[in-house]
Amino acid sequence: MQTVSFAERNGELTASLHGELDHCLAVSVRRRIDDKVTEVMPGTLVLDISGITFMDSSGLGLIMGRYTYCRTLGVGFRLYGADGRAKKILEMAGLCSVIDAEDEKKGKTDEKTTRK
Amino acid sequence: MKKPPVNEIKLVLPAIPENESVARGCISQFASKADPTVTELADIRCAVSEAVTNCVVHAYKNEKGSVYINARLYGDGRLTVRIADRGCGIPDVELAMTPLYTTDSGGERSGMGFAIMQTFCDRIKVRSTVGRGTVVFMEKRLGR
Repeated sequence: MQTVSFAERNGELTASLHGELDHCLAVSVRRRIDDKVTEVMPGTLVLDISGITFMDSSGLGLIMGRYTYCRTLGVGFRLYGADGRAKKILEMAGLCSVIDAEDEKKGKTDEKTTRK
Repeated sequence: MKKPPVNEIKLVLPAIPENESVARGCISQFASKADPTVTELADIRCAVSEAVTNCVVHAYKNEKGSVYINARLYGDGRLTVRIADRGCGIPDVELAMTPLYTTDSGGERSGMGFAIMQTFCDRIKVRSTVGRGTVVFMEKRLGR
């Protein structure tokens, strides 16, 4: 299975991650996400982590890195699909205030609009 | 006198990113024999992943090296995991363990590795000598 897949819709670029979001995966996908963002220049990048089965501090680093990269380009950033564990790690780093990690209800609405 | 462990595993792995998942998978499988909760197992997976990633990224700085893991299960449900490297060592362990502190300037490291290990384990000890390497010792009681 692909570790990252992209979808564009209504000015939003969604990057969906699959597998275990550790250092190994982060290294292999970060360049691909950045290249795609630079190529598409969307209004917002939606990083969809609903398909990941594991996340550690390297996953957190990937999220922080993409957030920073988007900000330098003037691209919006949204995180989608963080489960309880991912949220716990995001909270530990104080990232919930920095990144618009949405609640489940809002996320479900988004899923309908960003996917076919 | 200290009671001997009821089970033990020793692993020596090349410090490459692919082995981060191998290490946490092996230790989680080993720990599963102590009938841990789903959360405890997820905690262990994450803590081991952090320590091994530190070996790959910081201790050996993506150069060749080995990670030495020794995990033990005790009759009272305690799991201990010792993760050692023979890499560059940490000059200031206390500083390295400060949440959000990172030596990486690329903005890709969160600086939360040790903080996660501390949160997800009952006890963690770090011993390091510059030029000799680092030993991380973690302990967690399972099946509570």
